[in-house]
Amino acid sequence: MTYPRPPLFYDDPPYRLSGVVYGPLLNQRSALGRLGDAVNQPPYKAPPRGPVLYMKPRNTLAFDGQRTAIPDGVQAMRVGATLGLVLGRAACRVSTETALDHVAGLALVADLTVPHDKFYRPSAPFVARDASCFIGPRIVPLAQIGDPNAVTLSLRIGDTHASACMADMVRPAARLLADVTEFMTLSAGDLLLLGTCPDMPLLGRGQAFVVGAPGMGELHGGAQ
Amino acid sequence: MKTARVAYGGAIHAATPHERGLRLADGRVLREEDVVWLPPVEVGTLIVLGLNYADHVKELSRELTVTGKDEPLVFFKGPGAVVGHRAQTRRPKDATFMHYECELGVVIGKPARNVKSSEAMAHVAGYTVCNDYAIRDYLENWYRPNLRVKNRDTCTGMGPWLVDAADVPDPHKLALRTRVNGKVTQQGTTANMVNDIPALIEYLSGFMTLLPGDVILTGTPDGVVNVDEGDEVVCEIDGIGSLQNTIVGDDVFGR
Repeated sequence: MTYPRPPLFYDDPPYRLSGVVYGPLLNQRSALGRLGDAVNQPPYKAPPRGPVLYMKPRNTLAFDGQRTAIPDGVQAMRVGATLGLVLGRAACRVSTETALDHVAGLALVADLTVPHDKFYRPSAPFVARDASCFIGPRIVPLAQIGDPNAVTLSLRIGDTHASACMADMVRPAARLLADVTEFMTLSAGDLLLLGTCPDMPLLGRGQAFVVGAPGMGELHGGAQ
Repeated sequence: MKTARVAYGGAIHAATPHERGLRLADGRVLREEDVVWLPPVEVGTLIVLGLNYADHVKELSRELTVTGKDEPLVFFKGPGAVVGHRAQTRRPKDATFMHYECELGVVIGKPARNVKSSEAMAHVAGYTVCNDYAIRDYLENWYRPNLRVKNRDTCTGMGPWLVDAADVPDPHKLALRTRVNGKVTQQGTTANMVNDIPALIEYLSGFMTLLPGDVILTGTPDGVVNVDEGDEVVCEIDGIGSLQNTIVGDDVFGR
């Protein structure tokens, strides 16, 4: 039996990741819009107010080229292509104006989940599978990219091509950092994901995926 | 054996109990109040159970749409939420209902993946006391309980000791209680867990690898009440330890 031993060291600042990864639920407006009036009905009763976060615990970390195991009883995993803000220094109660000063760079991330459309409970068995959070081989300095929400990612699984646009978020990067660090400090090397788009393609057993973005290279992974 | 991690004299030390307080690995004997108590293990993932005591489920039943018979309610917290024994926890000005939760913390020793309940206890390194504060004002019905309620800075106390599993013959027969300013407000026994420790390890390791240093917070019994600035909160589990914490206001944090 082998256990995940993710390489957390990088050639780019901040040179190593802490292994802590948080992501926002339904940050993409279209994902929230998809739920329609259901957000006002039980069990939700109201749209999300604060940033609703989930955590990708350390057992989920996976790196370029790794393969994940699709759980028994599940046909395929949803590949949430997104960007991770890599904290360069501790951020607590940052303002939207200065939030991005705390970000060293951006990493490509493929956030794999067992598809689920109910969000009342935290859904740990769908979110926290081993090797379900692929992190790109590079931390690209923020200065090389500019606005993280101007990035459009490409995702390829076999012959299926999709794109994941980081624009039109309920909370764009700076606002997300400000609202999250109002109640929890993020440390150097932590990752805060920007959120995933609806309609991301599914990854079945034996398939491979490639996530890419202009100037950021590619992130590869697969499933068995 | 009981061990702690403390900061003293510019370094982090392993410590053991001593009749005058505690003894550092290097031989120095110190009083409890002379050191800074850190969480007794370097915390990996905090895996937290909600609604895992029959009586607590009953206590909350009016606002719940689930019963104790559903799949275990599990959420995660990051290492940043954790503070040690004798720490301060911030109560925000706008909170109207902030409560402690005294919980048995199960520290994983040996990696666990697809472990059957009959083998599960071999993966436990030991036990500690946890205080899993919640601020219900921020509760939302999305990934409930959402992290703004549960994963706040300073809002998860842990310690003082890690007690070796070998020294706890039956972790399902421990009395636990919380005192607020000396008055007992919460009382229960780990015998009342809905899902016991072997069942939790089987369930969790069925979808994720549990790693050394991960801590399972096994839920809390009924008796959670509001705490205010200045309150001293002590969560206690017989044979495991007494975890002290003080509630402070925003001013301490320059807010």
